[in-house]
Amino acid sequence: MKFSSFRRIAVLTTTAALIVTGTAGCNRSSDGAAAGSEVVLAVSTLNNPFFVELRDGAQAAADAAGVELNIVDAQNDSATQANQLANASVGSTGVVIVNPVDSDAVSSSVADLNTADIPVIGVDRTVNGADLASLVSSDNVAGGTQAADALAAAMGEQGSIIVLQGVSGTSASRERGEGFATGIAAYPNIEVVAKQTANFDRAAALDVTSNLLQANPGVTGIFAENDEMALGAIQALGDRAGAEVKVVGFDGTSDGLAAIEAGTLVATIAQQPALLGQLAVELAVKIMNDEEIDAVVPVEVVAVTLDNIAAFTE
Amino acid sequence: MTTKTPEVLHSDVHRDVHRDSQPRRFDVKRFLSNNGALVGLVVLCIALVIATPDFLTGQNLLNIGIQASTVAVMAFGVTFVIIAGGIDLSVGSVAALSAMVSGWFFVSAGLPGGAALAAGLIAGLLAGVINGLASAYGKLPSFIATLAMLSVARGLTLVISDGRPIATAPQVSFLGGSVGPVPVPIIVLVVTALIASFILNRTVIGRSMYAVGGNAEAARLSGLPVNRIIVTVFALAGLFAAVAGLLLAGRLDSAQPQAAAGYELDAIAAVVIGGASLAGGVGRISGTIVGALILVVIRNGLNLLNVTAFWQQVVIGLVIALAVGIDVLRRKSRSK
Repeated sequence: MKFSSFRRIAVLTTTAALIVTGTAGCNRSSDGAAAGSEVVLAVSTLNNPFFVELRDGAQAAADAAGVELNIVDAQNDSATQANQLANASVGSTGVVIVNPVDSDAVSSSVADLNTADIPVIGVDRTVNGADLASLVSSDNVAGGTQAADALAAAMGEQGSIIVLQGVSGTSASRERGEGFATGIAAYPNIEVVAKQTANFDRAAALDVTSNLLQANPGVTGIFAENDEMALGAIQALGDRAGAEVKVVGFDGTSDGLAAIEAGTLVATIAQQPALLGQLAVELAVKIMNDEEIDAVVPVEVVAVTLDNIAAFTE
Repeated sequence: MTTKTPEVLHSDVHRDVHRDSQPRRFDVKRFLSNNGALVGLVVLCIALVIATPDFLTGQNLLNIGIQASTVAVMAFGVTFVIIAGGIDLSVGSVAALSAMVSGWFFVSAGLPGGAALAAGLIAGLLAGVINGLASAYGKLPSFIATLAMLSVARGLTLVISDGRPIATAPQVSFLGGSVGPVPVPIIVLVVTALIASFILNRTVIGRSMYAVGGNAEAARLSGLPVNRIIVTVFALAGLFAAVAGLLLAGRLDSAQPQAAAGYELDAIAAVVIGGASLAGGVGRISGTIVGALILVVIRNGLNLLNVTAFWQQVVIGLVIALAVGIDVLRRKSRSK
């Protein structure tokens, strides 16, 4: 589910913080240091800025709510994560938030926590084959639609476009593509002339775009399901990128943001890792207060363009 | 014994390779039978010319040349290894490592661009030498030695880059540009093909590769320094992989941590489609070029025809099986 790393999101976290402090106000007094009051956050890796942001958001929310947050880092090793989750089932753990290294490998650990009556919240990636109290993850479908809107706006709502798809069969590619297809359908004067995979890879996108431009020389827009492919497409377009042909990516990577500043990339769709962490902790607090929670909490993604890029590059 | 080596090689090893090297007059039947892959490529191209008007345009043919360059250059190195009876699974990772080392020396160590480019080549050469040492003296099967290198080189690439792309030196980026109307990747492709072909056909080491691959024990008994030849073969594969990696980085203006992942399979496929035998002792650079072109032309054609992603993998697999299958049948019928 994660194909990017990106920088602090000041503006949006402020909004989120308002929500969190709103709920946190009532929790602070009611939740003491009783047994089962600790929240364990099991992160897949902290060797990636995306998850560091996620942890920071979670920590901020925990501080605001006055709950103890115990963060463990699996360093991208499923076995380590299994041990960490086993350790979490003893002691004063109230809720476990898990960001799985692998959605399948983590299932037996989560099942054990289910047996021990410890609620588990998934964040960023889901858990297969075990019960989650809730899943907090980026809304890739909505992101795809936002990408369609951003591209349509840049193209003056007319023209023909190419879609560069991610690795076939991945949820990220499926959901982003689905959202984009829905979004672009709202613009009758825009036609998708080709849809081809470039495997989320910059070099592959360079080749595939070069080929597609031969078959479709009149293309005026390209949507790539991640920034890496968008950058490959820009390479293939040369001087035409940002001028005759508008390109929209997905992820908000630092290279992607730099391309927006350079004018070659029109927009990218950025995830909000800090908000993911924050909402997960907020849900954990709700569970410990016996409040109702939603089974799925989609976190909005944001279209970054030249207009709001300052908030993403500090 | 040692002094006789070239003669031994000539009589013993050339049988399959140089069968058609001195034709009195052009024999069409023999030519076709020796160039099954080329026939396949021509058939593929004719089919695409009929299927889409966009295929046979100057720019598209240039695109195909550019796109074939990375895999072909990498595959030249793999051709040496396969002829010598080994396999090299590490070339994709080594290509990425070489480009990353070059990028690191340029950006972080502040080396001049030319030196950074050389550093990349040396990195590839070293990785190849290690493969060769592990295979020849460590007695590891080359499959395992290079599988280990596949992992180590990719890991080092990630360590050096911290998982992020690094900018490349202008000298490396030049490799992705063009001189006048001619794209540099195509120039590199032609030059490396000539060098590889020269090594294979005109040098003692090249001829020795056939001997080692044909029968390593016989080669050793006839006085060839088999271990040293194996190290040289893998070193060359590493060097060619480095050139391919720098070429790819040049085209992207950056060294990517995940660059060339999986390219080793394309390279091996190109060599085998080109008529080399995985059992060793047989193979040609011209065949490898044709093999690489077949892979690239299929992908190019599937893009032009806008075939859906799911079916592309099926088609590519079938064409590879078909190309090699026809070749095997052809050899069988010829040997009857």
